Amino acid sequence: MNLELFLLLATALFCIGLFGALTQQSVVMLMMGLELMLGGVIVAAAAAWHYIAPAAAEGQVLVVLAVTAMALEMAIGFAVVTALFRSREIDMTDMAAELKE
Amino acid sequence: MLSEVAFWGLAALAVAGGVMVFRFDSMARATFALLTSLLCVGGEVLLLGLDYLGIVIVLMMTIEMAIMAVFMIMYMMNPAGLTPMTMMHNKQGATAICAAAFVLLAAGILSTPWPARRGKPPTDATMDLGMSLMGPQMLTMMTLGMALFATIVATVVLATRRGRYDRLGDSLRAPSTDDPIRGGVGR
Amino acid sequence: MQQRRRTTAADVALTRLGVVLLPVAALLAAAVVPLGFRSVSDLADGIVWFNAMEALAWAAVWLAGWGPNSTLALIGGYRFLAQGLAYELPHMLAITTAALGAESLRVGEVVDTQAGLWFAVWMPVAFAIYLLSAMAMAFWGPFDQPAGRDVAGGAAAELSGVDRIVFLGGRWLLLTVAAAFSVPLFLGGGNGPLLPPWLWTVLKTVAVLAFLVWIRRKVPTLRMDRYMEVAWVVLTPLAILQALVVALVVLVR
Repeated sequence: MNLELFLLLATALFCIGLFGALTQQSVVMLMMGLELMLGGVIVAAAAAWHYIAPAAAEGQVLVVLAVTAMALEMAIGFAVVTALFRSREIDMTDMAAELKE
Repeated sequence: MLSEVAFWGLAALAVAGGVMVFRFDSMARATFALLTSLLCVGGEVLLLGLDYLGIVIVLMMTIEMAIMAVFMIMYMMNPAGLTPMTMMHNKQGATAICAAAFVLLAAGILSTPWPARRGKPPTDATMDLGMSLMGPQMLTMMTLGMALFATIVATVVLATRRGRYDRLGDSLRAPSTDDPIRGGVGR
Repeated sequence: MQQRRRTTAADVALTRLGVVLLPVAALLAAAVVPLGFRSVSDLADGIVWFNAMEALAWAAVWLAGWGPNSTLALIGGYRFLAQGLAYELPHMLAITTAALGAESLRVGEVVDTQAGLWFAVWMPVAFAIYLLSAMAMAFWGPFDQPAGRDVAGGAAAELSGVDRIVFLGGRWLLLTVAAAFSVPLFLGGGNGPLLPPWLWTVLKTVAVLAFLVWIRRKVPTLRMDRYMEVAWVVLTPLAILQALVVALVVLVR
């Protein structure tokens, strides 16, 4: 195990998540893509802490930050979907794009 | 040796879980594939010596995905995947973008001369994190706290249908609130 | 030769996963519960570990409810998630209070700190909240709506044969483990006069468990939408106040 392997794993998770976020039409599925991307960020931050500067706590703080971002993204995402669904009965990104018209 | 095996096992499971999220027809399966993937992320973090953060990730993701499953099933047209259908757009473009991003990032990772390890891991990484969050990183912690609080307010505002005028009447003077579900503290 | 009950278009894999996960979660949580002064693994973050493993029950009960493709089972699964949202917040604050009193997340140190005075004596609110959530996490007694009679057994409605015994056994195991974990957290663990430590642990666990079983006969079932408001409006602020008091005591001590 070394830093490169962990970062490659993080990249793989990030790119799978990116694929999901770009392709999924449903807002909830899109958020699952975002979660995976943030999962990649967590692995990368933890690996950077372990292999580059374990004495400083900043790497750990970065993991806390990513975990909080996940929670915020989930909560706001679901609230937006609920509000969208309530007003328009839609849950797809393509349909939400029509809102601007 | 053991940690080597654990790394590869968890990494394979994390990536496989991540791929399956977008391949399963059943939303329940997709959610729990994502949970598998994120639990493996927690496992990798444990492997890196961050015990507290690894366990917290496991705790948080379990609860988060359980809640997520509810929303998935509430809002998807085909929650159980009994009538297979695809809900994707721009598949080729996204595949190209993601492959390019992976190649670029991987090339970057492999060609960067990473700095040598500075310092030793503390004996108690949890203590280190706590001291940092309550000391030099206090501003980060306070920002996170404010962001979480703002999220609570924003989600309630976005998700609720009834405001105070619905509950307390037009002049807000109703003797008791008019709620569809009365709750448990004697309203 | 009898077969297990089958339902149309069931997701058998997810049902089995949920059924097996419940006892597995209870066993994993039990790894940090000491018998006397020794546990399977006295992790540095044992208290967080217990909480994380016990949260796996959320996934387990929901999966067992979702899998059979049956309305009543799914209602049971949803009810447990709602109940989870209600009990988890005060529960986390209660166990954090015990960790705060010992200034450590290690269960062994929490026990050592209680050599003199039990935490239950000077953190009564946290202890009471813990007992409530112990019942809620095992959907037991007044919190048994996820597997309630009004929905024909809820999450367990469609389970039969070995699935049923594993699931309901897992629920018992979870209740026992939750009761056992209250001993090192609040009741001094293996500390006590005359008798050996392991016997003290067992006696205290049996006492807590007996209390939880007794209360099942005394208190009617609580609806989780009611408990939700009680938990968030009454219990959470109380738990925070309790943590505040403990924090002040720890600072002055």
